Parts: sequence; structure tokens; C-alpha cells
Amino acid sequence: MEELKKELKEKIIEALNLEDMSIEDINDTDMLFEEGLGLDSIDALELIIILDKDYGIKLTDSKEGKKIFQSIETMAQYISENRTK
Amino acid sequence: MKNNIVKYCNIKNNEVFLDGKSIFHDEEKLDFNEFIKKVYKNFEMEYPKFYKMDPLCKLAVAGSSILLDQFEEVDSEMAVILSNKSSCIDIDIVHQASISEGNEGYASPANFVYTLPNIALGEISIKYKLRSENSFFIFEDFNPDFLIDYTTSLIGLKKTNQVMCGWVEIFKNEYNAFLFIVKAEKGITFNKENLLKLI
Repeated sequence: MEELKKELKEKIIEALNLEDMSIEDINDTDMLFEEGLGLDSIDALELIIILDKDYGIKLTDSKEGKKIFQSIETMAQYISENRTK
Repeated sequence: MKNNIVKYCNIKNNEVFLDGKSIFHDEEKLDFNEFIKKVYKNFEMEYPKFYKMDPLCKLAVAGSSILLDQFEEVDSEMAVILSNKSSCIDIDIVHQASISEGNEGYASPANFVYTLPNIALGEISIKYKLRSENSFFIFEDFNPDFLIDYTTSLIGLKKTNQVMCGWVEIFKNEYNAFLFIVKAEKGITFNKENLLKLI
């Protein structure tokens, strides 16, 4: 799980162009949206693509997405339970 | 009073000029993305969204920030009229690659959102809270006659009393930004000859 969290942080920094950030700057429980990392709706679409492309998970329910994308912790948990890649 | 160029900024050849004076120069022959990142940091723009922008938006936002941050009279009615030759082809190519089969057909939303040149206008308007007329035109070459006609008409019809306009061109690491503010105030005569000299 720790390896997956690190991998997710690296992917998010790269895909979302968070150039001033390093993986050490993101805590596992930091909120990804709003007052946390401040990601926006376009970033949410990039996260959906990461889930699909890299882990074979297709999200169809937006309510589900809200829960999954709360933090690195929740993302890693969901991926480890549902990944097909 | 007639309309004059009251302030202008150029970004080209790894150098930034304000009113004709060099204010930032990078000795290393950096590519555009590295160079513009240094410009962003040097002028302390503190606008993290900058990193997510495509090259055209980065050039337009950097140029307008350097210009508008030194212009005390910016109001929300300032019109913005930009132009270039290559539209947003730079990011279009990246987008095309992202939907090609080599990338398993996944489009990148972050790239796609910039596949229109007038997004640059939106980014500037958001940053400076402008709620004014804006347009982005594509020409074969820098077209001073058109910019003079359009700007003069906007001010003459009292749609606004200040216009930021210019040329923001980038394609494959070749870039040239020339942005200027026109207003009925003391400044450089707003005519074709001067625009061709200042670009």
C-alpha cells in the first residue's frame, strides 16, 4: 500500500503539473480538492483517466468519485481493492 | 487627447523588455518552457495555475502580468485584443498525440482545455478580473492596421477607455510576445510605423 501511495503522488504531480510540489509535500490524508491541494474539475478528469489507464478502473458514478478522490489514502484503498491492472 | 501607447512589453529571444528596457535576460539557451518558468519565478507572479497552462497561455499571461503589474490604472473594463499566426497549434499537436493510438487513445483533459487560442484571453481576464470585450485574431503576420482600427473604434465608441492589445506568437519553441496598452494619455504615438518598430 505504501508503494502505491508513493506511485499515486508521483503520477498526480506529473499529470497535473504540480511543478512546485514533491511527493514529500503531499500527506496521505490531505484533501485533494478545495482547501487541500486545491485541485479543480479538470484535475478530477485527469484523476479519472489515471484510474482507467493505469489501474483498469472505470468510474461511472460521480458520487463515488467524490469519496474515492478525498485523499491519497482513499484513492490507494479503492485502487488496491478494485484494480484490474 | 489622441490615443497613445502608454506602456509596452516584449518577450523574445530569452529576454523580457518593458518600455524598451531589458528587465530580464537568461544567458543559457533554454527552451521556451524552461525560460518562461524562470520568468514566472523572477517576477514573483505567484499564480500556481500558471504551471498548468499551455505555452501560448503562459506567454500571454506572463507578458500581460509584467505589463499590467506596472500599470496602476487597470480597470475591469479594459478590453483585450490579441493576435498571432499559429493560433494554438502548439498544444493542438500535444493533444493530437494524446489521442493517438500510441497513448491507448486517452485524451488529456488538461491539454484539451487549451485547444482554443482565446483561452489565453480567459486566463488573463480571470487573473486581472477583467469583464470587458476581448478577441483573439489569427493573421499571417503582425497586422498593425487591424489593431489600430479595432482599438480606435472601441475607444471612439466609448466601449472602453483602455485596451491591451498585441501579438502573442509561439510555435515549436519560436516565440514573440508584444503587448501594449493604448489609452488617451501621454505616450508613444499609436500608429503603424511605431508598432512595427516596437514589436
